[in-house]
Amino acid sequence: MGSVAPFLIFFAAAAIVAVTSGRLRSMVLLATPIVGAANLYLMPADMSVQVPLLDFTLELVRLDRLSLLFGYLFHLAAFLGIVYALHVRDRIEQVAAIIYAGSALGAVFAGDLITLFLFWESLALSSTFLILARRTQRSYRAAMRYLAIQVLSGVILLVGVLMYAKATGSIAFEFIGLQPLDGGLAGPASWLILLAFGIKCAFPFLHNWLTDAYPEATPTGTVFLSAFTTKVAVYALARAFPGTELLVYVGAAMTMFPIFFAVIENDLRRVLSYSLINQIGFMVAGIGIGTALAVNGAISHAFNDVVFKGLLFMSMGAVLHRTGKINGSDLGGLYKSMPVTTTFCIVGAASISAFPLFSGFVSKSMVMAAALEEGHPVVWLALLFASAGVFHHAGIKIPYFAFFAHDSGLKPKEAPPNMLLAMGLAAAISIFNGAYPWVLYEMLPYPVEYAPYTSAHVLTQIQLLFFSALAFVWLQLTGLYPPELPGINIDAEWSYRKALPVAARRITGLAAGVRDVVLRWGRSGLLGIFELILRHSGPEGAMARTRPSGYMALWMTVLLSVFLLLSFL
Amino acid sequence: MTENTRRHIFDGPKNIRRVRYVLYTVSGLSLVVELFVKRYVDHPWEALFGFYALFGFVACAILVLVAKELRKVLMRGEDYYDG
Repeated sequence: MGSVAPFLIFFAAAAIVAVTSGRLRSMVLLATPIVGAANLYLMPADMSVQVPLLDFTLELVRLDRLSLLFGYLFHLAAFLGIVYALHVRDRIEQVAAIIYAGSALGAVFAGDLITLFLFWESLALSSTFLILARRTQRSYRAAMRYLAIQVLSGVILLVGVLMYAKATGSIAFEFIGLQPLDGGLAGPASWLILLAFGIKCAFPFLHNWLTDAYPEATPTGTVFLSAFTTKVAVYALARAFPGTELLVYVGAAMTMFPIFFAVIENDLRRVLSYSLINQIGFMVAGIGIGTALAVNGAISHAFNDVVFKGLLFMSMGAVLHRTGKINGSDLGGLYKSMPVTTTFCIVGAASISAFPLFSGFVSKSMVMAAALEEGHPVVWLALLFASAGVFHHAGIKIPYFAFFAHDSGLKPKEAPPNMLLAMGLAAAISIFNGAYPWVLYEMLPYPVEYAPYTSAHVLTQIQLLFFSALAFVWLQLTGLYPPELPGINIDAEWSYRKALPVAARRITGLAAGVRDVVLRWGRSGLLGIFELILRHSGPEGAMARTRPSGYMALWMTVLLSVFLLLSFL
Repeated sequence: MTENTRRHIFDGPKNIRRVRYVLYTVSGLSLVVELFVKRYVDHPWEALFGFYALFGFVACAILVLVAKELRKVLMRGEDYYDG
């Protein structure tokens, strides 16, 4: 025995990282995910840690195939991120990253909804520091918007969980679904829980915290961010809402709309953020379809995505680290001085594009095959469109505009060795999972009967990708391809970053006007009353005049005389 | 500085053209191979010759051209939210 809850190792490491420095701190950082993974490996299969809280029993650790896979994935992601960030000398960022990774582990091993909520909020808080660590005004504002939305997701989750617990008497983190349960309350409770998951999962219109904040974090922070928050949400959906048909359409929408933004976006890390939503769309759609094939596809794609999207963010982070620039309009020609980073970026691009022998090929296709099997041909077409689109914006655009295109004149040094090592490891894993997917397949929640390497699948995928590339070449040669331009594109966030502040300014302006008018009227009215009182009762007023006391005696005499006279009449 | 004077692989148009020709060749070959591969299809459209090739090309062209038009509606200055 001797196993402990996985998050404890990370939280303890965070405490040590906070008080050590130099080589010792690097050693502790590197050892954390390795010790964590060993702890996970040695954990007995029926491991369960329970803690009583008021009337409930919290299950801090619940082990099954689904949580175990995500557990290993997050240890791997933490290790890659730590190697990538080994040159960083920022205590706050490093402590935040470790707590963040630990919180993600806490969330996936949570056996009940209250424990899930605690780690849900801990994820929000710790990750905010990765954005703040950039230490710019822009990143500060983005971090505050990010934190507000993440905490909102947590509050909605808590309300949903309490309503759910009241209606069902259970806080178990198991299948929830959207069907009404006994007592009638579970309906809205389930919807609230789904909404909370949906915010963290970047559902359409709830997605802008991601594209807003991720590109503003530090080069290393974004690598951590891309791995954990959204994948915890995918895990939560896979556990609580598999087979929920709504998710099929939400997922399809998520694969579609971000690619349009990605094509015209200039900030290459923001392109990757949109692309991240596009990839999560495949997972959400797979969870919505809910068959063994579809859920396997969603989960394996989550695994591969953490690695290849991390790799792409690492390559762009290396460019930002070396050049201080990340806009496509400022970059180009970097392959000359950063050839190794270029190569790793292309491996990531091939993986996300699902080239045969690269990791996306063996996982994304499961979701698409399941969409057809379960009678969703329109969704399948949408996913196919998004597959061609992802190759276009992530597969071609990212490497092309950063490393090729026109020569920007920038001659940065190659990325630091620790960054190259992390990228190399991620690239190797992407190729390994693509070329030999059976290790990954073995870990999936359901037995895998899917064969990715049929001649038809390889051929059709090659056709899809190469003809997409032909379209890119054609559009470039004819000058139809939109150039990279400095500027931003408005999205759903316009509602709270522009419309709401403008409306608030108008309303406060209007209120200030009303207040001025009321005050002016009130002041003149009040002044009138004061003047009246002053006139009558002031020092010069008639009511305040002083008279000699003889007056009183005289008037009393007059009064009494009148009285006497009257009595004689 | 040798770095500035060294010629790199894509400095001249020759190698860029080569890459394009490789792309054209592989694309063409993939269509030829399709004649000989027996495919199991889940959807009737999949059975059409060159469906994936055509779909990939058209999807990307539509994606880029629509996105280009969207720029007219969506694009703002870099300081749009700062004001």
